[in-house]
Amino acid sequence: MRFAAGLGLAALLALMLVSLGVGAAEISVRQARSDAWTMLVLMESRLPRTLAVALAGAALAVSGTLIQSLVRNRFVGPDTTGTSESAALGLLAVTILAPASPIWVKMVAASFAAMAGTALFIVVIRRLPRREVMLVPIAGLVLSGVLGSIVTWIAWQADLLQYVGVWMSGEFSGVTAGRYELLWVAGLAAGLAWVGADRFAILSLGDGVATGLGLSTASVMRFGLVVVAVVSALVVTTVGMVPFLGLVVPNIVARVMGDNLRASLPVVAASGAGLLLACDIIGRLLIAPYEMPVSVILGVLGALIFLVLLYRRPAHA
Amino acid sequence: MIEIHDLHYRVGAAPILSDISLSLPEGSLTALIGPNGAGKSTLLRLMARLEPLQSGRITVEGLDLATTPTDAMARTLAIMGQQNSVASRLRVRELVGFGRWPHHQGRPRAADREAVEAAIDAFGLQPFAGRFLDELSGGQVQRAFLAMTFAQDTAWMLLDEPLNNLDVAHARALMARLAQLVQDTGRSVVAVVHEVNYAAAWADHVVAMKHGRIVAQGAAEAVLTEDLLSDLYDTPVEVSRHDGRPLVLHHHSHSRIADLSRGRLPDRARLS
Ligand SMILES: Nc1ncnc2c1ncn2[C@@H]1O[C@H](COP(=O)(O)OP(=O)(O)OP(=O)(O)O)[C@@H](O)[C@H]1O
Ligand SMILES: [Mg+2]
Repeated sequence: MRFAAGLGLAALLALMLVSLGVGAAEISVRQARSDAWTMLVLMESRLPRTLAVALAGAALAVSGTLIQSLVRNRFVGPDTTGTSESAALGLLAVTILAPASPIWVKMVAASFAAMAGTALFIVVIRRLPRREVMLVPIAGLVLSGVLGSIVTWIAWQADLLQYVGVWMSGEFSGVTAGRYELLWVAGLAAGLAWVGADRFAILSLGDGVATGLGLSTASVMRFGLVVVAVVSALVVTTVGMVPFLGLVVPNIVARVMGDNLRASLPVVAASGAGLLLACDIIGRLLIAPYEMPVSVILGVLGALIFLVLLYRRPAHA
Repeated sequence: MIEIHDLHYRVGAAPILSDISLSLPEGSLTALIGPNGAGKSTLLRLMARLEPLQSGRITVEGLDLATTPTDAMARTLAIMGQQNSVASRLRVRELVGFGRWPHHQGRPRAADREAVEAAIDAFGLQPFAGRFLDELSGGQVQRAFLAMTFAQDTAWMLLDEPLNNLDVAHARALMARLAQLVQDTGRSVVAVVHEVNYAAAWADHVVAMKHGRIVAQGAAEAVLTEDLLSDLYDTPVEVSRHDGRPLVLHHHSHSRIADLSRGRLPDRARLS
């Protein structure tokens, strides 16, 4: 167990090092101390990018675990429950109504919109029959699709399509020092979720069990909702939507480790960071010196992993 | 003592429970019996504040359900539901451990860990303690949830059909354990039981429900009579006596029913 944890951490560190070394500018991390220009590239671009990818990956994977335990269904993620699209809608609203607003105003608006969208999803799926496991992800996809179309339509009307394009497809090429730091807040929110890990794990056993053990199900739900919404909003605001990660990573970790979230959430976070780093590195290498957005890589890779998961776990959610 | 005053409960316009007033004695094993749909689970869930009270009043050990904080209630009363989900991929020991949550809120002490191991032992779960719930048989899952409820270690325990999925040996062991717990520690247990003979053999007190009302309550000998049971379940029931306790005879009623339908049932059904 401890060995596996060490191995995982080593892999994550290795990916971060690779991420520091890969890019259009040929630099060697070892020369940074002696060479000012190398240091500048490293500190202004490579390190921020690496941290941004790791933070976004970790936070999204954790928020995927939370949304799955809130709706008691494994086949959803923050990008298939209307959360990210709602965040984009909030962002769009601020951009149209108060274009000069500082970034934190946009972030707050996006967070509240994401909360409202996710709450709507939860209200909808709580009315669906329990046994219809696949209705939940379908309802989520429908809601995401509708909200996404509304965003696109409004953006088209307001001639803001290029903005929306950036929000809808996540990529990290624009990340430099000073333009990613909000993601630390996302990481912090995900870290906060770990404090509530037992509560989320108990809530997954059903409202009856949770109430019987003295939990207020409503406040656990609210807590989870806030974390999921804040993480999604911050990621969409800073780098754009990252598909599949919040869906796939929690599934893989749960299969190996189970749903004792106190033990598994740190692993979920590390795996999310690792997967997103790997995808980002692939995106930088595939058509170098150009880049493929990480959302495209994940769109293919994540969909494949998801299909394998669907195929191998047909019986229950 | 659990006291219920003038409880009514409806879903939409349909009355589910009507006019229920009941005192459940402390330090006894109470069996709640009645046909499917009688409202047993609903009553239990209301007593455990899992459903909101619509009218009437319920107190547990003097604590009013409507005003007592839910975490304080969790240290007084534990409930095991009729249907338990195994969708969550937890190991048995982790599940049973959650039974201690009301006592430690996430920071387990040595005493909590001991209570968990004791509950795992009590239900013969030691060989499966490290296994995931979705890798267990139905009866093993049932025992895991029972162990979680035991680990909660409360003055009151409400069990909705605890005998589900259990084989005869485990069913007997459970009833014996409940009776002993009540006798040794003065705790109180309310269990929904369909197999009337388990109620006859072990319960101090029996409450019979039908159509959302209490139709009888009292000592097992007083409630488990031929007339009352036949009425309760709308099927002829014969009651004999064994060891001074009522004994419901299934094979007699069965052969009578088989007589009625002879010719339409396949041979195998008549033999069984
Ligand atoms: N959500 C609901 N909506 C409508 N009716 C309900 C609902 N839940 C329960 N009922 C009805 O309430 C009545 C009592 O149900 P309850 O589950 O309490 O019965 P029970 O005595 O536990 O039965 P069983 O022995 O089958 O478990 C039943 O007629 C049931 O159909
Ligand atoms: Mg029932």
